[in-house]
Amino acid sequence: MGADRARAGAADYATDARTVVVPTGVAEAIRRHAAEAYPDECCGALFGNDAVITEMLRLPNVTDEGPRRRFRVLPADYRAAEAYAGEIGAELTGFYHSHPDHPARPSRYDLEHAWPSFVYLIVSVQKGEPGDMTSWRLREDRSAFEADVLRIQGSGIRNWESGETASVPES
Amino acid sequence: MSNKILIPTPLRPYTDKRDSVEVEGRTVGELLGVLTSRHEGLRRHLFTDEGRLRNFVNVYVNDEDIRYLQKEQTPVQPGDVVSIVPSVAGGVDAETVDALPELTNEEIRRYSRHLLLPEVGMEGQRRLKAARVLCIGAGGLGSPVGMYLAAAGVGTLGLVDFDTVEFSNLQRQILHTTHEVGRSKLESATRRLNALNPGVRIETHEVALSSANALSILEQYDYVVDGTDNFPTRYLVNDACVLLGKPNMYGSVFRFEGQASVFAMREGPCYRCLYPEPPPPGLVPSCAEGGVLGVLPGVIGTIQAIETIKLIIGAGSPLVGRVLLFDALAMRLREVKLRKDPDCPVCGTRPTIHELIDYEQFCGVSREPVAVSEHDMTPRELEVWLNEGAQPLLLDVREPQEYAINRIPGAFLIPMSDLPRRVGELDAGRPTVVYCKVGERSARAVQLLRGLGFRDVRNLTGGVRRWVEEIDPSQPSY
Repeated sequence: MGADRARAGAADYATDARTVVVPTGVAEAIRRHAAEAYPDECCGALFGNDAVITEMLRLPNVTDEGPRRRFRVLPADYRAAEAYAGEIGAELTGFYHSHPDHPARPSRYDLEHAWPSFVYLIVSVQKGEPGDMTSWRLREDRSAFEADVLRIQGSGIRNWESGETASVPES
Repeated sequence: MSNKILIPTPLRPYTDKRDSVEVEGRTVGELLGVLTSRHEGLRRHLFTDEGRLRNFVNVYVNDEDIRYLQKEQTPVQPGDVVSIVPSVAGGVDAETVDALPELTNEEIRRYSRHLLLPEVGMEGQRRLKAARVLCIGAGGLGSPVGMYLAAAGVGTLGLVDFDTVEFSNLQRQILHTTHEVGRSKLESATRRLNALNPGVRIETHEVALSSANALSILEQYDYVVDGTDNFPTRYLVNDACVLLGKPNMYGSVFRFEGQASVFAMREGPCYRCLYPEPPPPGLVPSCAEGGVLGVLPGVIGTIQAIETIKLIIGAGSPLVGRVLLFDALAMRLREVKLRKDPDCPVCGTRPTIHELIDYEQFCGVSREPVAVSEHDMTPRELEVWLNEGAQPLLLDVREPQEYAINRIPGAFLIPMSDLPRRVGELDAGRPTVVYCKVGERSARAVQLLRGLGFRDVRNLTGGVRRWVEEIDPSQPSY
């Protein structure tokens, strides 16, 4: 459901959308992090090659502006994440964060603070339950985000709203 | 000679996928200028349209953040490595505005000059209305802080104080009026602030802030303004703010000088990074001892109020990692950089303080009155002794300007600060009675003199204040 909605969103917003592939295990770990951090925002780094994510890493949210509506990654943690990417032979492809009780759409604040080419995964958490997950890329002129096509891929695609896992052939 | 600039992953598409670029220049600004002219696509991601470095772009020379050096003017030496490190941040905003309280038409009229500022606007004013600010102390600093924050439309203002209004407060504590002398400061402040802005909710905490109650009071608020006048409470407020993660708007005043900073922000320093240890007791006189220009807390408290508002509306550069030093006599405002101390016992990387401690003990002061000893003498005892014809040396250890206000007839003045140097002027064999304003400085003088072999030295308990009160009410008191 989440992935479907992201695809629908992509069709609305972008013409040459990037496809971001996230393995089920990584997506689940991100949702778990988001649920645990609720009602605060969580954040973390994403690793992989091009737009194929292979790994995630939880990072502490060090915002000064109240973790219920903001997140910030310490510069030292950013540097550590880049170093870690080198160690595992991958790239730092982007970051994820949660939007507690808000839709999985980037805010103006997200836009103002965005870096080019990164994958920005946003997971919505409604009343503690992780919901939609979407992926975004900063437009080259910084004017807006483009929605990515998010493909959650693995042995099964989880139906996040019902919590059931339906077996589907791997794509 | 050239310097290496390390390029973070998201910017490598603009540097032909290279993770470092060699450029020449004498300062960080020059290096970045060459870099962005060579790789034009970088410019809009590093700089605003006005050409300022974006605030989420961190630049390090080796391992030093240039914000703590000379910013873009930071010079670079051959071999220095410059790193561009993204600050990754985000969160919800537009949506949360829906949760902020709406402004009534009357409020829109009242705050119209704020609403015209793009940095405040409707959203900022609604943030002010939603904000909960605690001001510790309703005195010299608390007066401008309370009045300006109430006027600005901060929705909830907490006040901590347990004093009553005294005549000697009115020279600077503009919250209180002559009419309120003798009444509770918090009642007086509430009346004044309600009259100024009835839309602000005033919450009063009429207690002495202590390790036992500080966390439960502070945790009810988003921002803390430190308007305290003593070291134990200042360390208490600092530690409580760090432990709770609440920004601490710090200010202090003495004579003609004041300081201000914002402490306990997650990445910024705290009061202990500035002053790891309190001064030895008695070394730094309080305003009650040393005096203070009445307008001075107006200047410093106003800075604290501005910093509070900036944090609430999220505008500008907060006074974090910087201490403003104001000298009213020279009329000079200086800024010193203050870095977070990694070894700070409360906000460092390995803190050793995880809960509030005994701050009276930490600062070497005691709330208990100085114990009466055989070296003490009450004003009444002194009067009787003098009437019996005794001729002790009456030694006044206050400052000359205090001596000019009132004195015990026949007293000899040597200010406490001069005493060690001028002790030779005294006769160690002559009975001596030492006094000051309230008996604290003179107690130290007695200790000093006895240590130097003066055998018959006594301290006048309660000082000249009690002398005037009990023996000679015709003299003024201060």
